[in-house]
Amino acid sequence: MALQNIGVVYRKELTEALRDRRTLISTLLVPLLLFPLLSVGFGALAFTLLKEAEEETPKIMLLGGADSPGVLEALRAGKKIEVVPATPDWKDKIINKEIRAAIAIPDGFETSLAQQNPLTVEIYKYKGELKSSISADTVEKNLKDYRDKVVEARLEADHVSSTVLTPFLIKQDNVAPPEKVGGAAFGGIIGYMVILLCLTGGMYPAMDLTAGEKERGTMETILSSPIARFDLVMGKFFLVLTASLVTAALSVLSMGISFWGVQHLKIIDVAKNPDAETMQLQVTLPAVLSVFLMALPLAVLFSAGLITISLFAKSYKEAQSYISPLMILVILPAVAAMLPGVELTAKLALIPILNVSLLCKELVTGTYHWNFIALIFLSTCVYAAAALFLAVKMFQREDVLFRS
Amino acid sequence: MIETRGLTKLFKDKKRGEIRAVDGVSFTCAPGQIYGLLGANGAGKTTTLRMLATILEPSDGTAIVCGHDVVEAPQKVRANVGFLSTATALYPRLTAQEMVEYFGRLNGIGEAELKRRVDEIFSRLDMNSFRDRRCDKLSTGMKQKTSIARTLIHDPQAMIFDEPTLGLDIMTARTILEFIRECRQRGKTVIFSTHVMSEVEKLCDVIGIIQSGKLLAEGSLASLREKYQEQDLEEIFVKVVAPHYKPEEAA
Repeated sequence: MALQNIGVVYRKELTEALRDRRTLISTLLVPLLLFPLLSVGFGALAFTLLKEAEEETPKIMLLGGADSPGVLEALRAGKKIEVVPATPDWKDKIINKEIRAAIAIPDGFETSLAQQNPLTVEIYKYKGELKSSISADTVEKNLKDYRDKVVEARLEADHVSSTVLTPFLIKQDNVAPPEKVGGAAFGGIIGYMVILLCLTGGMYPAMDLTAGEKERGTMETILSSPIARFDLVMGKFFLVLTASLVTAALSVLSMGISFWGVQHLKIIDVAKNPDAETMQLQVTLPAVLSVFLMALPLAVLFSAGLITISLFAKSYKEAQSYISPLMILVILPAVAAMLPGVELTAKLALIPILNVSLLCKELVTGTYHWNFIALIFLSTCVYAAAALFLAVKMFQREDVLFRS
Repeated sequence: MIETRGLTKLFKDKKRGEIRAVDGVSFTCAPGQIYGLLGANGAGKTTTLRMLATILEPSDGTAIVCGHDVVEAPQKVRANVGFLSTATALYPRLTAQEMVEYFGRLNGIGEAELKRRVDEIFSRLDMNSFRDRRCDKLSTGMKQKTSIARTLIHDPQAMIFDEPTLGLDIMTARTILEFIRECRQRGKTVIFSTHVMSEVEKLCDVIGIIQSGKLLAEGSLASLREKYQEQDLEEIFVKVVAPHYKPEEAA
């Protein structure tokens, strides 16, 4: 091994990579744009849409209730709704989103009410359709308010206090600090993103430096130079690793900036949306650094793996078809880590990708289980070393280098 | 000096089983001499030359190139050899100068000496007008000159050319043939493979005819003419090769 030769190969590959548009896009542009778009853009969009749905005056069709004007008045008293006259095709209208919901008031409703004979008011909605569900909830709330008033009036008539219905109060309170609240909600996604970008960042350079070199006919040229094949593969490997790490670093950086932006630029107004508190993620510097540190051996594993696989391909296209399934192989464990209830155990700590993903979930909430961190770091290092060994071996196989 | 001793290469093929691409080839080429390896497609020329350039490892036998064994000291062999073929392309995103410098550095040439050599070669080959142009923007002729400069940067004692004129137009091919002649004049050991008879007639001091991985005939053009009682090299070639020719090997 000659460090100088590895350096010569690395410098040349870096020069070429910086002149390759595809590599620049996947390594620099994607991580820089993805997080701001995802957090600020997508977050803001989701809130705007939700707000729009909530602020809409829904069209509600009234079925029956001609003899119960009091209910009608109560319906209109609460949150604003637009009552439309009944038509026979009301079901189709709900499905076609022409009206949001329908409410069926049985005949003689108010008479039964007066006789204390309970009847059922039915609300019809389009299940799963956001605006229809919100409208049905609005109607139900208005009706409940009306029912409470009726109860209150009856109790008053019997000289009973209304507190008889609420002998005690119940309240839920959060004790976790904001970074843990946000971390629990978003920790999984962050680990997943870093892992995915570690892979995509190294993907194009890996293909370009191996299958691309075969396709362009420069493989034979470089093999005729005195450089040892080990030095050659190491030079290439370090370039792919650089791309992978730069992508990961940029993604962590842009992630930090994005969440800072969400918090400080008041894109989501917490005062008006108390639920939005969980949407906030206070990423601390140690958390960012530890996520990055854990991504390091994973980046080595990915870089070596990508080189090994794409070296086997004869062309760029063939390499792509080998690497696409690999994406799924990487995404699956990363997604599994995001499932609720999946927590780190000693066994899971040995499963590559899944372990780092689960750990990232913990790290962003500020939880440091040092025994797991050590186990995961070491096991990933072992996998990475094995992948690198395989990449070097592949580069020494004539049938792989000159596959035809 | 290049000397091959029973050079053999076996390939494994799923359909055809074990293939003897090169089968016990032995020949010698002295400094200041051009050895022409003449053969049909699939005869074993490229495999032989790749073994001499240590891109492939022999399955059996060996070769001594400039005093170094291709099996025992492949890196030393490569440091003494310039290898050029139509398959040795240039890095598209490097400039002509960067390309040549890269190979200079891989050969361990110091920066000051590298600059001197690059300047000298670029002037000699009249390449200064495009030295900062990217290789993917060069014409075929410019590319060939850059490839030549790449093989010359470490001033190798031996030159190996594998069908260097394949697919080139006449003018570019002539530049290459001119360069091969110049290598001989400078006392280099030159091995050259082709299936173009006229190139062999013009250039080669010794001709080796190869078919099915075996060296079937060897000698100067004059001695081959005398031995096979034919004036035309093509006729000699056919006489030598025909009894051994298997069309499926050419595929």
